[in-house]
Amino acid sequence: MSATTLSTPVRSDSAAYKLGTTYPDVPIEEKERLFAEVKADERYSDYLYGCYECGICVAACPSARYYDFSPRRIAQAAAREDAELIYQQMQEDIWECSQCFSCLRCPRGNNPGGIITIMREVAVTNGLQSAKQALRGYTRIIYKIMSTGTQVSPDMLQADAFPDWGPNVKEVSDKLAVWRRALPPDTHHTTTTGWEVSTKTLVELYLIWHKTGALDMIAELDASLHSLLEEVMEDLLDEEGYELT
Amino acid sequence: VTIPVEKVAGPGRKNKAEFQWSEEHAPEDFHERLFELEDRGELIVQRVSGDCVEVPVKYGRTKKVPIGNTWHHKSCGQCGHIPGYSTAIFWVNRKLGIEYEDPRDQTSCTAWNYYASATSNAAAQASVALRNFAAAYESGNFPIIHCGTSFGHYKEVRAELLAHDKLREEVRAVMDALGKPLVLPEEMVHYSEWFYAMRHEIAKHQVRSFDGISVTVHPACHYYKLVEGDAIYDPEVYGGQRTAVVTSLVQALGAEVRDYSTWFDCCGFGFRHILVQRDFTRSFATQRKIKRMKEEADPDVTLTHDTGCVTTLDKSQFAARAQDPEFATIPVLSEAQFAALAMGAHPYLVCQLHWHAADYKPLLEKMGIDHERAWAQFEEATARLERGEQQYLTWEDTDV
Repeated sequence: MSATTLSTPVRSDSAAYKLGTTYPDVPIEEKERLFAEVKADERYSDYLYGCYECGICVAACPSARYYDFSPRRIAQAAAREDAELIYQQMQEDIWECSQCFSCLRCPRGNNPGGIITIMREVAVTNGLQSAKQALRGYTRIIYKIMSTGTQVSPDMLQADAFPDWGPNVKEVSDKLAVWRRALPPDTHHTTTTGWEVSTKTLVELYLIWHKTGALDMIAELDASLHSLLEEVMEDLLDEEGYELT
Repeated sequence: VTIPVEKVAGPGRKNKAEFQWSEEHAPEDFHERLFELEDRGELIVQRVSGDCVEVPVKYGRTKKVPIGNTWHHKSCGQCGHIPGYSTAIFWVNRKLGIEYEDPRDQTSCTAWNYYASATSNAAAQASVALRNFAAAYESGNFPIIHCGTSFGHYKEVRAELLAHDKLREEVRAVMDALGKPLVLPEEMVHYSEWFYAMRHEIAKHQVRSFDGISVTVHPACHYYKLVEGDAIYDPEVYGGQRTAVVTSLVQALGAEVRDYSTWFDCCGFGFRHILVQRDFTRSFATQRKIKRMKEEADPDVTLTHDTGCVTTLDKSQFAARAQDPEFATIPVLSEAQFAALAMGAHPYLVCQLHWHAADYKPLLEKMGIDHERAWAQFEEATARLERGEQQYLTWEDTDV
């Protein structure tokens, strides 16, 4: 993406402004290219049917209660094909969404949460500043899910990572090994994954990440994470006799 | 289906003579397209075979829920951080003498990460889903999904695959490379639907009276908001205007369901927020859910049926209490753990309540469970592991 040195167009009443978020402005052609990528997703036409401006989606939206965020604005900007505003939303708004899909209450059948999913994908693929900022501190989770096939593991329960969850986290962490061995299902004795995933299963998962381009998406977001994942996956695939073409 | 107005709770409904499902507004039944693609040889539909229960879903339709020979698609959040959730599901199956499979050939649906970070795409998500479905198909058992997000996401994936030829071709190429067939199950089945279907059987095995136990229910967004038609709605529960799962089980067990105004609100999980932006999650969970439940219903426990909801509602309360000593907490359980306790399950060896944060001991006392004795039994069992007398506890060890 070709960034310019134009000043950051963050709205002065937005959460992004208050947090001191900055991102580069880009020429309108670049904004239109990004929006074209959003529209090119096969799901896009299933997610947008126009907007009554009734606000039912906003009333149902948890993020709208705590952020300067509105699923209605997302649907309207998309319906108007306002590439300028959509770029702004991709940089300032989309990561506030809770992805609960309460906005599917829309009487027109719009899916603002689904439009946001696609906008986020485009933000990640194009290495937008908002994606890098929103996912700062999150990359260990991406590593976990892509490399092990389970998203959260017992050993992630560390007191310094979840101080707001109370003293129970430390207790679990201190007793983790023995408490995992105390679980009756024999798939549950793991500490680094949610359950025991077979090697064959993991090989198949790695092939999926490679063949669908999901692994490539990480490169724009975090080059070192991408290298690490690539190495882990190639090592196992190589060990199991798979050659990536 | 016509529902008498007295079945429909809430003052706003009193001006209506009756409530009827509208065929006009019903979405297409996905089965038609599913079987059409099967007829064309594009995919295999894994049928619900053997004993099953036909349950009501939205718009007056029905859905088949298999009783046994199920392939348990586990939840990473449940197994990782709330292990008593999945353990309780398995324990109830075993107690009812039902055959099931707990597979190692299963990955997470990876949707928690997808909704949090979007570091994936439609083809990858569909391939992950179909790899798991193929594994279930190869096992001969029918998939039953533990996580609400996995269930909702898989319904989305199904809708996308049925609608988009190009996506189907992309996924077919991946499955070919894995040497696996393209399989979709005839029904997407969430474990809470199995508990709905089995609620009377569970109640027959109840050994602890829940008379006098009051409950609020949080219905999980991804269970019924994503691909909304395919979720259980029973005219006898909330007049068919809210999903009947969880509530119907609580009623069958003789506990009292109490209502509160923010039942439709999500829990505040947020996928990304719960991990790296918890100020939002904590605020929403405590102010919009726990506080409202306490003020309006004052329940002994709140029950839900999804990984993220149990995590969020349970873990968020500590900080609110630390900030305000007057903040009244509510224990949070899955309805699977609640049912297991009703059937006599051990609170620690089976339900693993020591992994929960909000104080659940007053609830156990009200249920007539001696939690101090139960904890001593758990400690005695884990001491055997620490002394090297046993490597693992087994199902047999849960019968104390």
